[in-house]
Amino acid sequence: MAEESLLSVEKLSKYFPIGGGMFAKPKAWVKAVEGVSFNVRKQENFGVVGESGCGKTTMGRMILNLIEPTTGRIVFDGTDITPLSRSRMKPFRRHIQTIFQDPYSSLDPRMKVASIVAEPLRGLGGYDRLQRRRIVAELIAKVGLGRADLDKFPHEFSGGQRQRIGIARALCVRPKLIVADEPVSALDVSIQAQVLNLLDDLKAEFNLSYLFISHDIGVVEHMCDRVAVMYLGRIVEIAGIEAFRRNPLHPYTEALRNAVPAPDPRHRIKPYAMKGDVPDPISPPPGCAFHPRCDYAFEKCSVERPRLKSVESGHDVACWYNDGRGLVMD
Amino acid sequence: MKRFFINRNFTVGFILSIVVIGMAVLSFLWTPHEVNEMNARHRLQGPSMAHPLGTDQYGRDVLSRVMAGAVVSIIVGLVTVAIGVVIGVLLGLASAYYGRFLDEAIMRLSDLMFGFPAVLTAILITSILGPSVINAMLAIGIFYIPIFARLTRATATSEWKKEYVLAARASGIGEWHIIGSHILPNILSPLLIQGTIQFAVAILAEAGLSYLGLGTQPPHPSWGRMLYEAQTFMEMAPWMAIFPGVAIAWAVLGFNLLGDGLRDTLDPKMVRMR
Repeated sequence: MAEESLLSVEKLSKYFPIGGGMFAKPKAWVKAVEGVSFNVRKQENFGVVGESGCGKTTMGRMILNLIEPTTGRIVFDGTDITPLSRSRMKPFRRHIQTIFQDPYSSLDPRMKVASIVAEPLRGLGGYDRLQRRRIVAELIAKVGLGRADLDKFPHEFSGGQRQRIGIARALCVRPKLIVADEPVSALDVSIQAQVLNLLDDLKAEFNLSYLFISHDIGVVEHMCDRVAVMYLGRIVEIAGIEAFRRNPLHPYTEALRNAVPAPDPRHRIKPYAMKGDVPDPISPPPGCAFHPRCDYAFEKCSVERPRLKSVESGHDVACWYNDGRGLVMD
Repeated sequence: MKRFFINRNFTVGFILSIVVIGMAVLSFLWTPHEVNEMNARHRLQGPSMAHPLGTDQYGRDVLSRVMAGAVVSIIVGLVTVAIGVVIGVLLGLASAYYGRFLDEAIMRLSDLMFGFPAVLTAILITSILGPSVINAMLAIGIFYIPIFARLTRATATSEWKKEYVLAARASGIGEWHIIGSHILPNILSPLLIQGTIQFAVAILAEAGLSYLGLGTQPPHPSWGRMLYEAQTFMEMAPWMAIFPGVAIAWAVLGFNLLGDGLRDTLDPKMVRMR
């Protein structure tokens, strides 16, 4: 690919200890994220989908340097930011900002909107009160709120408006990458579209790249250029949006895609429900973690773990059944 | 301010407390008689125009002494709550922030302190250190530390999990700054409520210790001490006991209602701790 990579994640893993007390060693480890690699190009929307508990959020927080990875590297714009200390991370914070899922707990109820939005500027330093006020006033208009809103408290706003405040906060330091962790899943569907369109408009204006983390395939398909599907801490498929729509190769991706209702009432979907539940991440199944729920599983699947392999340009899948062949081709 | 006065508890508590505070402030400027002035000719007199609340066994004016006693009560309340809040909040924040070993250590230590009957231990401390109002304040204040430590730990732990803390971290805001600008403002109201209630408890505790002779020392007036001295003259001069007793009940009730009212207004969800 000729396009330049903005963020590249290499073999990122995070294990959390389970149990153990003051003196005892942990009893087990949850492999929340295991060997995840991908890259986000400049001005690209990269989506990460998966069920709850698959490690999407943990991964997002590692990229924001809020959680320390167990192993792996995060390279941002040519610099490895994984080993950076808090103070040396500071200049990078302005380039990577985040939008949170919950518009209620992500805004401090005791702060006025102006201070909330200006917080990244304070973190960065070097702006006086007036400059901050000017930048904040400019941004609040860009996200569709008024100057008068700056002196209000968060509880005076609706969920959608609060999310706009969160977006303004992320934008005020002019970041290059925004990690959007389920940015619309707490909102009403009618508001979701507004917020997504706002994100789209801002992308063009601010030259942004988004790392879009969501469990909602519809949202990801609408927003993203490329998509990674995560299952139990691993990426099982990475594809461009076209390939993702037309030719999903991993059975898990297929199952997820089948679960999306079509907006056409005459459209018949294959009545398909995935078997079982997400397995316990403390002791994932051997071989391919998806095999107990997979319709296509055969012996090899429960013995050996498939690696992510390229099947066509820009389309990787980790599946024995689909190893380079391509699945359903009606 | 209006929303506070909708609450009856708050309004009544506010009025009662203001009277106590007003009395204390006024006593610096003016009392009907000199507080410690003895007058053998007027001893054990009932309420009259010259002595509205009567006089004690040395002929001292009870009203003047009740007024001056309010000062002691308020100082004790302020100092003990200050000891509890300053040390307790620091310990509670450390407990919530560092977790693990430090958290266990601090919390088990406060369990230990909760296990002792506070008044008995306060008596022990003042007996060892010697009876004085300063030692009484220390003894009461020490027991306030675990109360505020626990409250701070509980509220700060839940604040620290909120996404706005993550947002601040992701913006490169330092941990101290997060504590000052996000955590403390958000845990302030439960602390304020608890502080007001403990203020009332401190007034009662000081009166108790002074009654036992372990608090304020004569001739300085203290409500508890006045009750103790009145005992001997209960039948001859009941006013000597009644008025300091009313003052204690008044102040304790006032600050308790104030605390309850604050809680109902600021934090309807909060469960009262101890």
